[in-house]
Amino acid sequence: MNKQQSSGLIIAILSVAAGLLVGGVVMLVFGYSPIQNYSNLFNGAFGDIYSIGETLRNATPLILTALGFSIASKAGFFNIGGSGQLLVGWFGAIVFALHFKNLPGILLILGAILAGMLLGGFWSWLAGFLRAYFGTSEVITTIMLNYIALYFVNFAIKRWLAPKGSDSSANIVPKASLRTPFLEQITNHSTFHWGFFIALVLVIVMWWYLKRSKTGFEIKAVGLNEQAARYAGMNTKQTIMWAMLLSGLLAGLAGAVDGLGNYQNISVSNALPDIGFNGMAVALLANGHPIGIIFAAILFSALQIGGLSISVYSTTPTEIVNIVIASIIFFVGVRFLFEQLLNHRLLKKHALMKERLEK
Amino acid sequence: MAKTVIEMQHITKRFGAFTANDDISLTLQQGEILALLGENGAGKSTLMGVLTGQLKPTAGQLLVNGQAVTLNGPRHAKALGIGMVHQHFMLIPAFTVLENIILGDEPTKQGRIDYATARQKVTALVDKYQLALDLDRKIADISVGMQQRVEIIKALYREATTLIFDEPTAALTPNEIQALLAIFEKLKAEGKSLIFITHKLKEIKQVADRCVVIRAGRVIDTVLVAQTDPTKLAEMMVGRPQQAPTPKMANQGAVMLSVEHVAARVAKRTVLDDLGLTVHAGEIVGIAGIDGNGQSELIQVLTGQLKPQSGKIELGGQSLLKRTPRQISEQGLGCIPEDRQNIGLILPLSIAENLALKDYYHQPYSHLGWLNYRVINQTAQKLIKRFDIRTQSEQTLAGELSGGNQQKVVVAREIAKQPKVLIAANPTRGVDVGAIEYIHQSLIEQRNQGCGILLVSFELDEILKLADRVLVMHAGQIVGEVDPQTTTSQTLGLLMAGQQPVGGRDE
Amino acid sequence: MTITMILMTICATTLVYAAPLIFTALGGAFSEHSGVINVGLEGIMIVGAFSSAVFTLQFSTVFGGLTPWIALLVGGLFGALFSLLHALATVTLRANHIISGTVLNLLAPALCVFLTRVLYSGKGQTPVINQSIGNFTFPGLAQIPVIGPILFTKTSLVAYAAVLVGIISWYVLYKTRFGLRLRSVGENPAAADTLGINVSRYRYIGVMLSGLLGGIGGAVMAQSITLNFSAATISGQGFMALAAMIFGKWHPIGATGAAIFFGLAQSLPIIGGYIPILAGVNSVWFQIAPYAITIIILVIFLGKAVAPAADGENYIKSH
Repeated sequence: MNKQQSSGLIIAILSVAAGLLVGGVVMLVFGYSPIQNYSNLFNGAFGDIYSIGETLRNATPLILTALGFSIASKAGFFNIGGSGQLLVGWFGAIVFALHFKNLPGILLILGAILAGMLLGGFWSWLAGFLRAYFGTSEVITTIMLNYIALYFVNFAIKRWLAPKGSDSSANIVPKASLRTPFLEQITNHSTFHWGFFIALVLVIVMWWYLKRSKTGFEIKAVGLNEQAARYAGMNTKQTIMWAMLLSGLLAGLAGAVDGLGNYQNISVSNALPDIGFNGMAVALLANGHPIGIIFAAILFSALQIGGLSISVYSTTPTEIVNIVIASIIFFVGVRFLFEQLLNHRLLKKHALMKERLEK
Repeated sequence: MAKTVIEMQHITKRFGAFTANDDISLTLQQGEILALLGENGAGKSTLMGVLTGQLKPTAGQLLVNGQAVTLNGPRHAKALGIGMVHQHFMLIPAFTVLENIILGDEPTKQGRIDYATARQKVTALVDKYQLALDLDRKIADISVGMQQRVEIIKALYREATTLIFDEPTAALTPNEIQALLAIFEKLKAEGKSLIFITHKLKEIKQVADRCVVIRAGRVIDTVLVAQTDPTKLAEMMVGRPQQAPTPKMANQGAVMLSVEHVAARVAKRTVLDDLGLTVHAGEIVGIAGIDGNGQSELIQVLTGQLKPQSGKIELGGQSLLKRTPRQISEQGLGCIPEDRQNIGLILPLSIAENLALKDYYHQPYSHLGWLNYRVINQTAQKLIKRFDIRTQSEQTLAGELSGGNQQKVVVAREIAKQPKVLIAANPTRGVDVGAIEYIHQSLIEQRNQGCGILLVSFELDEILKLADRVLVMHAGQIVGEVDPQTTTSQTLGLLMAGQQPVGGRDE
Repeated sequence: MTITMILMTICATTLVYAAPLIFTALGGAFSEHSGVINVGLEGIMIVGAFSSAVFTLQFSTVFGGLTPWIALLVGGLFGALFSLLHALATVTLRANHIISGTVLNLLAPALCVFLTRVLYSGKGQTPVINQSIGNFTFPGLAQIPVIGPILFTKTSLVAYAAVLVGIISWYVLYKTRFGLRLRSVGENPAAADTLGINVSRYRYIGVMLSGLLGGIGGAVMAQSITLNFSAATISGQGFMALAAMIFGKWHPIGATGAAIFFGLAQSLPIIGGYIPILAGVNSVWFQIAPYAITIIILVIFLGKAVAPAADGENYIKSH
């Protein structure tokens, strides 16, 4: 691990600790027990094989949306459209699965996943295109596209997929599902599905892609120094659009995988799913490193799943977990604070060492 | 006897080990226009930074109106009547002229800005100094010349009595320059005292009363302009070339780079004006000149980053116009850019990756979209050895190298592509002595092997040492060509300052 | 339904839905004009809605009919306090503006629902408030023929207050010394700094104004539309207000107009059934309209030269 990566890890650990501390303080202020709650949380997330299954299942879309956000941010872009891209991906996958239900299992699943990915990719590419050719801020366009996706998908579900009076589409046929009896058995009937492994594969693929591919190199170069990349002859406009497309493909995949593995259908959403923003949070905590994303996603997922246990065993509201999550991101965002503290300590250490050497 | 408004006594300013101003003394009389003449890096801007309170002198005294003062910041200097008109304007493009002038010192009536009073005050100043400004236009919509006048009024509105101008004519058209010089005369007539930093002898001759020549941080002399020959000024500015020139090549090969009648504009301003030059195979052509006379833009045009308005550019007989930067690079034009950190290198990437920046996309460095790091790293190792880049490994990040070694990476990358023509822009700026020598040797070696080199530099020593021919660039044109072995500092200085040495045309 | 009744309903419903958007969009404009991007308007509205609902529930017996109006100010106050987090993070601790804004959006619902459960025996929503901002008929003005019934009868007084605030905001931003300096800090902080203007101070003020006005906006939602607080009280209005600000090109009057237009878009699906032409149009087009139009506006103006020049850039003084 190089210097940058190790300082990133330290800041991540400090941020998580600080976030948990904030949660603990809030609990104390309102008379709840941090120790009891945090231990219930841990048990709820990792206590038995069922919990672990749930935690890993919940982590699956987080891993993918985080990957999506981080690829865009490697190119210097803020893609906060993860939620909308996920929704259209979810929608595409379910529509394909319902429509082509007569295809053999593998083709059906692959087709549905591809449909979801392409829709998500398109939704993100749009923002990249507008940015490259019209200079419109991708922050604004992705936020707008989020809501357009939300309303349009809801409309499409009610109009074409859901029976009258219902808010949900029909369930997909079992052969299109990413759940299998095998996985259900080994995790004591949790909702754990093959999507998790798809996500792991994508992490490795993305890691390899950024490390070794020509276009991955270009994405990194443009994100690190667009001017120098341009002077070296790279086509920065194309690279930008390509990075946004990849980003959306991953978010769309997240939606597809969640739909085929977890929900088995699609329903109307009352509000924009948080998951796009949570994915961004995971990516920030992991400092954009693919392996770090897996761990950060599992951590966030553990907080969410374990959080459900908190209100079962005490009167503490589950929302405390979201307070912790938001605090962690706050501390990641103000990393400058930790950098200053670390620097200060390192400088002091350096000065002390110098003194000792000079004596 | 005129009153002395400003006196700088034995001002020394050091930045760490580097001495920017070395025991500089000068005086400014009331109602006089004092010119500060010097090349790039001579120390003029630093000196004015001290005067305006931006910088604290390491040693020396400052007297304002006969009183010793220690400035504790720019606001203090402003309070003492010292106003600066920067080379890079501090204006807000979205606001109007009037708003920019009064910002920070707005007349108010119960919180509401009293535009009527402001307008009155400003109009009075505009009329008094004949500065012809439309107060209600946005800064973004007015010309550079007008923007400068806004900066002047800003200073006058705050009742400046001493005005400092830093290279005020750098970005102006000839008409605007004349208008500005007329404004100087008016200010002088109203009793203001002016210091203006410049490298243009014509302007000094036209308006300045006295001139202080600065070179390498020291005052060379202070003269009365009316009694001094411009050639003497030029010679003092430039000094004598110190190093023995390298052996020059007698034979030149074919024309490798041909530039004809190139004109280019940036933001409505002409930056290249009917420019023409040629570079032959096996020669080093040096371009001398003060920064800001179009050198950067010329390089941008040649490398395909800036589209020219008109003209012909050919490399090895093939046109470079309408080609992408990558195509131009493939055609055989290499470039060592003037800013290695922001343009030449991507510092967070490894040395090996930086060395491969212009080659990664084709065989053998990549195949079917996948990079071959074995080839990239091996090539890097060979280049590191060949160019003596001091580093543990090719995996070290470029940002961790010293300036000299960073520059060697850029040089290595460009030379390794065996270009037909190599542009080198300030190739040894900020580089240690050992690396300077090495880079110079590399360039000469390339020339000896038949490469045509276009050396653009602000360091005259470097140009005279390396170049076979020297062109001088001024105001977007090539104004003269000299033989480095026989030319004098007079000639060079005059050309760089915009004048012809012997009965040539005036601008 | 008669034309007058239709127009009356459209007008009233539009204003009811527009009111929270106007306040919040104005708040966003102040923040961005000072150079701080604020995507956390959604979170700020949530804080405003929650605090105002709790206030009304607690004090409606004390202040009677005036309670919801005081609650608006309470919502603004807490919104301003909450926004301090954003100011601290971005101005002092140099955090990325988008990330910090997203933190606000994640923290607000978590904190407010948490507190709701704590205060109201574990329930996820507060009880319904028993004093709310109902409709209002302007005495005298309502008698004017034609426009009287449409514009001034049984309409939203808060909305008119919001428009007034919009006009005041315009005045403050473009006519006062404070406004000029605030805007200079968002356009070119380096230039403002050289003229002796305290960049940090004006940015803090800009952000807190967005907290104040956004908090009022959220409070308006709770006090006049949902009449309680829950996780569903604010769903997207903060982002719609952001869109209105952009659509209005960051100008207070423009933002107000855009917010009213978006309010219309929100009300049409509800009353569209009564209007023959619109009855056939599916509500989804009205829902999408504000966002799609904002993108189009941005593209038309080529996304450039519309936002304050230094919006989103952290200013670090170089000595």
